[in-house]
Amino acid sequence: MKMVTAIIQPKRLDSVRQALSEINVTGVTATEVKGFGRQKGHTELYRGAEFIVEFLPKVKIEIAITKEQLDEVIESITSACKINGGKIGDGKIFVSNLDQVVRIRTGESGPEAL
Amino acid sequence: MEIQILELQYAIDTFYFLVMGALVMWMAAGFSMLEAGLVRSKNTAEILTKNIGLFAIACTMYMVYGYDLMYGGGVLLSGISGQGETYSNASDFYFQVVFVATSMSIVSGAVAERMKLFSFFAFALIFTTIIYPLEGSWTWGGASVFGLYSLSDFGFYDFAGSGIVHMAGAAAALAGVLLLGPRKGKYDEAGNSKPILGANLPLATLGTFILWMGWFGFNGGSVLAMASKESADAVAMVFVNTNAAAAGGVIAALLFAKIWFGKADLTMALNGALAGLVAITAGPDTPSALVATLIGAVGGVIVVLSIVWFDRKLRIDDPVGAISVHGVVGLWGLLAVPLTNSDVTFSAQLIGALTIFVWVFIASGLVWYALKSIIGIRVSAEEEDDGVDLTECGLEAYPEFVNE
Repeated sequence: MKMVTAIIQPKRLDSVRQALSEINVTGVTATEVKGFGRQKGHTELYRGAEFIVEFLPKVKIEIAITKEQLDEVIESITSACKINGGKIGDGKIFVSNLDQVVRIRTGESGPEAL
Repeated sequence: MEIQILELQYAIDTFYFLVMGALVMWMAAGFSMLEAGLVRSKNTAEILTKNIGLFAIACTMYMVYGYDLMYGGGVLLSGISGQGETYSNASDFYFQVVFVATSMSIVSGAVAERMKLFSFFAFALIFTTIIYPLEGSWTWGGASVFGLYSLSDFGFYDFAGSGIVHMAGAAAALAGVLLLGPRKGKYDEAGNSKPILGANLPLATLGTFILWMGWFGFNGGSVLAMASKESADAVAMVFVNTNAAAAGGVIAALLFAKIWFGKADLTMALNGALAGLVAITAGPDTPSALVATLIGAVGGVIVVLSIVWFDRKLRIDDPVGAISVHGVVGLWGLLAVPLTNSDVTFSAQLIGALTIFVWVFIASGLVWYALKSIIGIRVSAEEEDDGVDLTECGLEAYPEFVNE
C-alpha cells in the first residue's frame, strides 16, 4: 500500500477531488497548510510598499491507495493541477510506503480497509 | 419677529436635510459591509475598493453634471449659490448626491467577484453622470421623457425612490450581469446552481443594520421639511412606517424560509429586512403602521422567491441578491402605493416603472457592451481563481494566515 501526499494550489482542490473520484479513490484527507518552494513566496502591495509573502496558502491532500493504483492517481492529480502547461507553484506529490491500515468500525486491516 | 421665525424654519429645514443626508451617506458603509460579508474572503479588499471608489465617483460626477441634468442646478453647481425658498440650495444638492451613490452601490454587489475594477469605475462614471440623472429628471425633476410624455401627467408617485433609485440600480446591475455571466463554478455542466458561501455573516448583518438605520434618512429626509407641525408629523409617520416595513420583511422572509427550506436562513432574513425597506420607499407617507408592516412582509416573501428564481431558473448569478432586493421588490413598492394613496393609479405606477426600467436597462446595456468590447469587463478565469484581491488590488483583506 502507498500513501500519496500532495501539496497543491487551494483553487485546484475541487478538480482534484473530482478527478480522484472518477478513478475510484475512496477517500481523501485535505488540510489547509502554508509553505514555500523554490520561488519563495510572492510579492504583494500595501500602502504603496511591496512586501514579500514568504508562506503561501496551499492545500495538502493525503490519499491511501493500493500499489496498483499509484500511477493512475499520480497522473490524475497531475492533470488536474497542471493547467495550460503548468506554472511555478502548482505543487508537488510525495509517495511513501504505507505499512498498515485499519478500519476502526470493523477491525478490517490491510488493503480491504482502504 | 415674523422674519426671525421664517429664518428659524429655514435653518431647521436645512439642518434636517443635512443630517438626513449624512444618514444616507452612511448607507454606503452598509452596502460595503453587506457585500464584503457575502463574497468570498479572496474578493473582499476589491469589493471594498469598489464601494469607496464608486461613492467618490458618484459625488464628483453628480457635482460636475448630474445635478444639473436632473434638477437644473448648473454645471459644477454654478446655480446653487445663494439661498433657496425653504432650505439652502446647497443642502438640497448634498441630500440628492448621496442617493446617486446609493443607486450605484446596488450594482457593485451584483457584479461582485468577477468584474474588472476599472471597467466598473468607468461604468459608474457614466451611470452617475447621465443614466441616473436623466431618469431622475423625468420623475423628481419633472422634465418630460425625451419630449414625448410627462410622468407627472399620469400621476406617477415614487416618494423616496423604490423605482427611481433602487429599481434603477437593479436594472443597471441586471444588464451588467447578463453580459458578464455567472461566477466560475456557480453552475455545473448540467446547469445546477451551486452555492458559493459568503465569508463573513457578522459583517453582512452589520451592513444590513447600517442600511436599516440609513434608510430613516433616505425616507425621512424625503419629506423635505421639518419646521412645521404638519411636516414634523409626516416625518414621524415616515420613520414609523419605514421601521415597520423592515420588521415585516424580516419576519416574513424568516418564516417563509423556515417553511420552505426547513431552516432559519440568515441571509434571507437580512434580504427580508432590505426588501421591506425597498418596498415601503415608494410610499412611506400614507399607510398605517400595520399596512406598512404588511407591505414590507409581502416584499420579504417576494425577495425569497425571486432570489431562488433568478439563481436556479434563470441562472443569473447575483452574489448578494441585489437584483431581487432592489429590482423586483422595488417594482412591488411602486405598485403598492395605490393601495393606500387614492391619488395614485396602478397604470401610472406601471408606466413609470416601465419608463425607468427600459431606459436604465438599455442605456446601461449599451455602456456595458461598449466597455466589454473595448477594455473587457471580466477578469480571466485564472485571476478569478486566485481572487480579485490579489490580481486587482495586490493585497488581501485577511493576510494574517500567511504573514504572521
